[in-house]
Amino acid sequence: MSFIDRTARSFLLVELVSGMALTLKYMFKPKVTLNYPYEKGPLSPRFRGEHALRRYPNGEERCIACKLCEAICPAQAITIEVEPRDDGSRRTTRYDIDMTKCIYCGFCEEACPVDAIVEGPNFEFATENREELFYDKDKLLANGERWEAELAARLEADAPYR
Amino acid sequence: MPKLTVDGIEVEVEAGATVLQACEEAGKEIPRFCYHERLSIAGNCRMCLVEMERAPKPVASCAMPAADGMVIKTDSPLVHKARNGVMEFLLINHPLDCPICDQGGECDLQDQAMAYGCGSSRYAEKKRAVKDKELGPIVKTVMTRCIHCTRCVRFSEEVAGVGTMGAVYRGEDTEVGPYIEASINSELSGNLIDLCPVGALTSKPYAFTARPWELKKTDSVDVMDAVGSNIRIDARTGEVLRVLPRTNEDINEEWISDKTRYAIDGLKRQRLDRPYVRVNGKLQPASWDEAFAAIKAKVSGLKGKQIAAIAGDTVDCESMTALKDLMDKFGSPNLDCRQDGSNIGGPRSSYIFNSTISGIDEADVCLVVGANVRAEAPIINSRLRKRWRTTAGDFKLGIIGEKWDPTFKNDYLGAGPDTLSEILEGKNEFAKLLKAAEKPMIIVGMGALNREDGDAVLAATRAIAEKFGMVSGEWNGFNVLHTAASRVGGLDLGFVPGEGGLATNDILDGAAKGDVKVVYLLGADEVDTSKLEKAFVIYQGAMGDAGAQAADVILPGAAYTEKNGTYVNTEGRAQQGWRAIFPVGDAREDWAIVRALSGALDMTLPYKNIDEVRARMVEISPTFASLNVPSKAEWTDFGKAGDMKPEGFVSPVRNFYMTDPISRASVTMAKCTEAFVKEAAAEKVA
Repeated sequence: MSFIDRTARSFLLVELVSGMALTLKYMFKPKVTLNYPYEKGPLSPRFRGEHALRRYPNGEERCIACKLCEAICPAQAITIEVEPRDDGSRRTTRYDIDMTKCIYCGFCEEACPVDAIVEGPNFEFATENREELFYDKDKLLANGERWEAELAARLEADAPYR
Repeated sequence: MPKLTVDGIEVEVEAGATVLQACEEAGKEIPRFCYHERLSIAGNCRMCLVEMERAPKPVASCAMPAADGMVIKTDSPLVHKARNGVMEFLLINHPLDCPICDQGGECDLQDQAMAYGCGSSRYAEKKRAVKDKELGPIVKTVMTRCIHCTRCVRFSEEVAGVGTMGAVYRGEDTEVGPYIEASINSELSGNLIDLCPVGALTSKPYAFTARPWELKKTDSVDVMDAVGSNIRIDARTGEVLRVLPRTNEDINEEWISDKTRYAIDGLKRQRLDRPYVRVNGKLQPASWDEAFAAIKAKVSGLKGKQIAAIAGDTVDCESMTALKDLMDKFGSPNLDCRQDGSNIGGPRSSYIFNSTISGIDEADVCLVVGANVRAEAPIINSRLRKRWRTTAGDFKLGIIGEKWDPTFKNDYLGAGPDTLSEILEGKNEFAKLLKAAEKPMIIVGMGALNREDGDAVLAATRAIAEKFGMVSGEWNGFNVLHTAASRVGGLDLGFVPGEGGLATNDILDGAAKGDVKVVYLLGADEVDTSKLEKAFVIYQGAMGDAGAQAADVILPGAAYTEKNGTYVNTEGRAQQGWRAIFPVGDAREDWAIVRALSGALDMTLPYKNIDEVRARMVEISPTFASLNVPSKAEWTDFGKAGDMKPEGFVSPVRNFYMTDPISRASVTMAKCTEAFVKEAAAEKVA
């Protein structure tokens, strides 16, 4: 019996038809792929992407050079140097992150007492050479300015859970 | 000897000890802020509360004398609750600015809040804010952080002897600070920073530079004066950032002078980082080979007597050993480690601090001759003051020489040798005190010995020591106070003119006349370089100071933070310091430079590493065999009785803050000079 059954199925193209039917079914379902880079997927407010140094609304930089991020960094990617600024406040003269060392663990932003260093939503910062991945303070502050609206929104969204 | 029980452990403590000390004896940690072993007891922070049986409430253990049969609990719920409560009160007004506070990471309050605090605050009202006080160029204040432990007040009152600090107003309004707006004019003011358990008093030059956890800590010995204070050098990425005291009961207890602490920023300026050779009257950068070749060209063909060497004030013993051996190879007897031109260096007991520094704690009368101890060795001055305090003023100090303020009651006897003779003849009132004393001591300074009649003064002081029984049995109260860290080491090594050799002043005169053709300055900057114009000068050292300017060849050496070195302090105690960072640029360790030069001159010295140099040192003087202990010197005859000139003794240290090339290049020391020395001079004029 099984011989007849098998032969009938193969002549009637049952497998092909069921396969085509599945294809047809998916043609009417919503698609799961994204047209990257024109479309992007959703990101959690806790997503740990490119670093940024934030400023207060009045333009004053938040970082007070406490060096906690440098101390906590397991990859030792952060280098900070400090000096008293002219007004006597404690400020960094150097804030470098070696993005090639960084393991994006987010400890730096957890350690920061003033929400100055944050890992933002940006993950598209590939460069053509290594040197461009050695971020300095200017680059980090520029990042902060560019992403501030989003960074603030993310921090607010995540605040109840911190 | 009271016996008491601490947490079930029975301990016996000395009579007069406190409960806190008894708890420590039992191995129990008691948190504290105001209590400090070297200061009087205040009992005002209340952090050290413990439970005592049959007492109605917790007792402050630091202020409670231990008594027989006490039963103490340090780990009961009541104690925990008490500590918790005290901590909560302390934190009411303490700002939450640990991230920007320099004390962060080494803060007693931070540590104890973690260990004994309650974790969160119930206090929502306004916090107190206090205006910062101006305490001069060394101590930075953030008085809002102050928890009123009054350690600084007690330190300045008791140890430093400048009663400028105090607490004004009461209760919550209490403010600690100087009574009148004035900086703390003390050579020991830097210790306030170590004492402060919170971040109220922090270091101004070190402000915001580093966190304690980043620093590499290296044990070393100070070379800014002849005391040989034990220090810890904190460095990061090839830079010395700060110097802290290391406890050594026999030398510096746990204090160090401000020069020791802050002159290190001079090590970043005016450094010699590569060899130089003078070409057509101008110093040109050169390689080591070129520098050695220039020396070889000059030295070859010269007789031994035409070459001379002078060692400076901060040189380590290893390099002096190497240079002494090199001079022997040259066949030159012209070498001297006393660049001040003094003629000390006979038997060992004639040039060391025989009673040792801790011996001051036993002395009852002290005669100071030609030394401004406060400027030349502030740590020894604080010991004298401590003795005066512990004897409740019975300790008598007599001063011959310039007038200076030892910060406690003293008898000023006279300016010069005349007074010395008066005492020797017993005509002076002070002679009676010396006669009655059980353990009298005399401190002879370089101001008395670096004169032309130094030998006669030495003989006179020796006669005084003999006459008043300063040397008897175990006690030897004849003390010489040096001003240079390398001096005793140099004398021990015999870095003095050999048979028919020239001493410093003769070398300089010989160089001016043209008899001495080559002068090797090993870190010697205090000599009169104008006399060296005719001679070929080799300067080896770390700093570009007077010696380097006069040099024809500069060999860049390492500073004391950059080499392993042995130093002998004024007591004759050999101590070793370790390298904290590497020398700058092309500079090398000094003994290795001399060794390399000897190789270039085809008279190679017989040692390959520092251990072999040290073995050679022991060979020369067995005192180097036992480190960290002062070896007793035999009391023999020394000095040459003779006429003394009537002029008064003048201390060689005119400005405490600037005595050597390192402190002269230091910005902090310049600020201190501006603030303290010039101010004092201006006051005198007015």
